[in-house]
Amino acid sequence: MGLTAATGDAARPATAAPPAIELRGISKAFGPVQANRDIALAVRRGTIHGIVGENGAGKSTLMSILYGFYRPDAGQILIDGREVAIRDSQAAIRAGIGMVFQHFKLVPNFTVLENVILGAEDGALLAPSLGRARRELRQLAADYQLEVDPDAVVEDLSVGHQQRVEILKALYRRADILILDEPTGVLTPPEADHLFRILRGLRDQGATVILITHKLREIMQITDAVSVMRRGEMVATVPTADTTPEALAELMVGRKVLLRVDKAPAAPGAPVMELAGLRMVDADGVERLRGIDLTVRAGEILGIAGVSGNGQSQLLQILGGYPEPGAQVTGRATLKGAALPLAGADARQRRRVGIGNIPEDRQAEGLVMDFAAWENMVFGHHRDPEYQAGAMMDNDAIRQRTARLMQRFDVRPPLSDLAARNFSGGNQQKIVCAREIEEGPALLLVGQPTRGVDIGAIEFIHRRLVEMRDAGAAILLVSVELDEILALSDRIAVMFDGRIMGERLPGATTAGELGLMMAGVGEGRAR
Amino acid sequence: MTRLPRWADLVLTPLISLVLAFGLSALVILAIGESPWLALKTMVTGALGSSYGWGYTLYYATNFVFTGLAVAVAYHAGLFNIGGEGQAAMGGLGVALVCLALPWPHWALALPAAMLGGAAFGALWALIPAWLQAKRGSHIVITTIMFNFIAAAALNYLLANVLRPTGSMDPATARFPEGTALPRLTDMAAALGLDWGKATPANVSFLVALAACGLVWLLIWRTRLGYEIRAFGKSERAARYAGISPARITVVAMLISGGLAGLMAINNVMGEAGRLVLNSVEGAGFIGIAVALMGRNHPLGILLAALLFGFLYQGGGELALFTQIPRELIVVIQALVILFTGALDNMVRMLIAPLFARRGGA
Repeated sequence: MGLTAATGDAARPATAAPPAIELRGISKAFGPVQANRDIALAVRRGTIHGIVGENGAGKSTLMSILYGFYRPDAGQILIDGREVAIRDSQAAIRAGIGMVFQHFKLVPNFTVLENVILGAEDGALLAPSLGRARRELRQLAADYQLEVDPDAVVEDLSVGHQQRVEILKALYRRADILILDEPTGVLTPPEADHLFRILRGLRDQGATVILITHKLREIMQITDAVSVMRRGEMVATVPTADTTPEALAELMVGRKVLLRVDKAPAAPGAPVMELAGLRMVDADGVERLRGIDLTVRAGEILGIAGVSGNGQSQLLQILGGYPEPGAQVTGRATLKGAALPLAGADARQRRRVGIGNIPEDRQAEGLVMDFAAWENMVFGHHRDPEYQAGAMMDNDAIRQRTARLMQRFDVRPPLSDLAARNFSGGNQQKIVCAREIEEGPALLLVGQPTRGVDIGAIEFIHRRLVEMRDAGAAILLVSVELDEILALSDRIAVMFDGRIMGERLPGATTAGELGLMMAGVGEGRAR
Repeated sequence: MTRLPRWADLVLTPLISLVLAFGLSALVILAIGESPWLALKTMVTGALGSSYGWGYTLYYATNFVFTGLAVAVAYHAGLFNIGGEGQAAMGGLGVALVCLALPWPHWALALPAAMLGGAAFGALWALIPAWLQAKRGSHIVITTIMFNFIAAAALNYLLANVLRPTGSMDPATARFPEGTALPRLTDMAAALGLDWGKATPANVSFLVALAACGLVWLLIWRTRLGYEIRAFGKSERAARYAGISPARITVVAMLISGGLAGLMAINNVMGEAGRLVLNSVEGAGFIGIAVALMGRNHPLGILLAALLFGFLYQGGGELALFTQIPRELIVVIQALVILFTGALDNMVRMLIAPLFARRGGA
């Protein structure tokens, strides 16, 4: 028995209890932007319900309405068949809704127990609350495999454990509807599997789980039903068993999408960059890179897989010429045969010798969000002679180049005066890609190229990277998306704890094997 | 928050803030039993009603343009330079040393040299906090405030013990030579055959201030250095990614900022007093913060805001002279203007945002 595209009462199964959550005609506009338009959704109690959609499709707005951050312009919210007004997050908690955000809302220097009771203390004295929380946590840990040391300080916990604390916080507040926003983005595959076991346990005990994600594989793996949003509208709700990733992708984008990257086998040439014994100790004295050896050849994409925080960012920053302040870098490198100084270099020198850089965090690094598109289109290359006109910058030349590149990279809207922050994530990334690719670097550093980027733009960016490879560039790709690594790379190196755990060829390995290596199990460690 | 149209952001918000500030000031004046209407009339006639009033308004405005631009340049680099007061005081020392060094034959020679002296001393006074920020991470707000006190104490010492001419009882330098006297705006008008009326301290420095507005605009929005300053001010991480050195931009922006504050001394020290006296800056360094805030860190806005504060200064002086309203109340009015145009800016914006949001959403 499946859910159809539910619009109000008509779709409610006659025999079953009312849905845990039912939305009727929810609309929300921000100025001229209609973020949610007449949304209807019914989530049955005791199910895991996925919500997918591209960036800007309105998922976050909808969940913010459910959690009381925004008030809808129109529409009703029904919990267990009763209409509720969710004015703030307190009201949402009272209605039994718990939210696990993508970016955790924990106090890092508090213990797990203190975090769990924060805002839900029983009285002025903490001891009774802490005692009660300790008992409940023990029970929850036993029931749902939610083991966490209640006395551990949160900042010492792994990301996976911090997420469990968030779930515990919601359950401690008697949430029986749990909303998780992109929960697996920061997890290793084994951690994600554990999370899914927890979620299944919760469902089996009668809780309702709403999972917001863009990873279609996870939707297929764990959800009972899935709703697809596109441009502020709910375009379909289908039982997961009756659909395929391809069909969902098509619903999300509104046209057929190629989920696989079409590429010919690589024809690697001479080594472009060789890296030997790269070590980095950060300002706190922590060794973040522990001897990295890598070779990237012309005409190949070397993918670096790994859970974020294992030294990939440091590697990219050092190669890009902007190691974090106070870091001590040692090691040797060559670029096209010439020595490449690893320490004491700056980003300008890197660009001069032909290293392009699509950074991991386009909003904090790759773009100045308040700058117009045209100002961003030369960012980092703004000292090149072709952009100078005497003592001034040649803004006309820069604008012309911007107009050209916006067209070539299909940046929408093609307005060069628009500030970077007003573009969608995918179009922001296209601006960065256009800038870095058009310089024709010998080595292109690419970090998380499609993080927060919609499916249509992912396809476009992947194709451009493959084109660059085919034109003979060496590409070093860092991504926490294993699917992306597997689809794009000609060779895969796995990074864990500042080391390369080993290299594999994409055709001769599996996600499972890579996942184990990403968790530190494998040849790099004596076993 | 809803984005306001540009004109509303640049014109409407400050205007409403100003009306609110004046409204509240009127209530305060009513509360002490005086007539707000009379007060306003006195201020307007005093500051704008005569060529004499205008002259003083322009003189004060010139000071505020320099200190306002100083704050703005640092602000674009993401640095809050509260040290304009001390930098302008040190600029005064530079101007005085230049003026006293030679028997200058003509002001046209003395002015460029004095400008260099003032700017250099102001810049050097800003360099130390800038260097401490760039290399040691000492917060520039704290260090520039402290440097105001150090500058005041150093000038106290120098004026009382070193620069004071023997026999003088006054903690001030000797008078500058005749050749350093800058032409007043009244003299310049007379040279063009216009009668400006009574002589006022407004002098050729006002034209230098106008030129500084234009140059700062070019610097910030047209040059590569301005581009790098703005990029660094918006995002240090992005600047590092782009190969822009944070230390270099911090130092360079503060040098320019301090130099602009120091330039102010050609107006008050060289143009008006003709010698360096104690506390020559008289708070203009701090007014510059309000001017830059109100002027949205844009040279044109700064010019307009400086004129407004020049009006408040001159009109306020008249108020104390011709009414029973105490001098302190003028400070209250100025404070209210600063409070509303600077600190409570967002409040006004929030109040008028729905008007524009509704229109946009419909």
